[in-house]
Amino acid sequence: MASLKELKGRINSVKSTQKITKAKQMVSAAKLRKAQAAAEAARPYAARLAEVMASLASKITVAENSPKLLAGTGSDQVHLLVVMNSDKGLAGAFNSNIVKAARVKAQELEAAGKTVLFYLVGRKGRPVIRREYPKQIAHMFDTTDVRYPGFNEAERIADELVAMYEAGKFDVAHLFYSKFRSALLQEPTDQQIIPVPAPKAAAVAADSVTEYEPDEEEILAALLPRYLKTQLFGALLENAASEQGASMTAMDNATRNAGDLIKKLTIVYNRTRQAAITTELVEIIAGAEAL
Amino acid sequence: MPLHFELVTPAKLVRSEDVHMVVVPGTEGEFGVLAGHAPFMSTIADGALKVYKTENGAPEEIRITGGFAEVGDAGLTVLAEHVEG
Repeated sequence: MASLKELKGRINSVKSTQKITKAKQMVSAAKLRKAQAAAEAARPYAARLAEVMASLASKITVAENSPKLLAGTGSDQVHLLVVMNSDKGLAGAFNSNIVKAARVKAQELEAAGKTVLFYLVGRKGRPVIRREYPKQIAHMFDTTDVRYPGFNEAERIADELVAMYEAGKFDVAHLFYSKFRSALLQEPTDQQIIPVPAPKAAAVAADSVTEYEPDEEEILAALLPRYLKTQLFGALLENAASEQGASMTAMDNATRNAGDLIKKLTIVYNRTRQAAITTELVEIIAGAEAL
Repeated sequence: MPLHFELVTPAKLVRSEDVHMVVVPGTEGEFGVLAGHAPFMSTIADGALKVYKTENGAPEEIRITGGFAEVGDAGLTVLAEHVEG
């Protein structure tokens, strides 16, 4: 049985933990609002670009001389898994869910005899993947020096990916990130980014008279890297929103658990105190009677 | 009749307004877009868009990099990676 002093110490330490989790929860809620607004603001550009890509792709047949980003390298031996994680923890299973999805994919690919490489964005995915695939990490992209990963980061990641692709370091790239559904639900998502999957063409029959300058192929070649950047940017934003959502939920749970624990400990503390008082009284009475 | 002009960057919708004319620095030469322009798509050289709010007014310049212009029934849409000013 713990002494009264020990119990008091434990109650106080749980209380200060609760204060921290509560603060983190409120910070996440505020940041979530911001991240959601950013994700929303990015939508028009992505939607327009996807439309343009769709209408262009529907006019061009993929052939030998098509841009490599669209047509692929002609092989699918080496797969690059781009795994996006956050830099900070305290977000429940957010990071481990993404890493888990990537590991499942890696095992699947390796079972099929492919080579798997990793490109890690963010700090939190590193230890796990480094432990399991120490020799297969192609690059670790650092986002610790920026507060909110934005378009500049997406641009740098895309440039590095395209450079690696053109140097023949990999054939297919998959992107792993967490899609933001709601504050309670984030979905780890696997998406192929290279070769660029042609966006589905929807109702493009009407603009068949559109003029292009330069011609369709050149515009497409210019737009492909931009499309890649936009996708990476979108993923970064979704990931940021998901991180805050997951963090909010996790911290809400933690705060509640701390509250329960404090309640339990307080009951134990009071009982122990009562027991001590009773013992003392019994001793005094017994002493008085003995006289 | 005014021309509907939209300028969009990855981060946000920068402009959405009705103007008289926009002169765009296309990769194969500058071109002006008035209302009722035929459907047209072009990549844009890094440079300044000139936006004429009214027919005789002075143009407003917006510097953009990494741009792409699309003219359709809905007006002119410029997608740019970076916008200054």
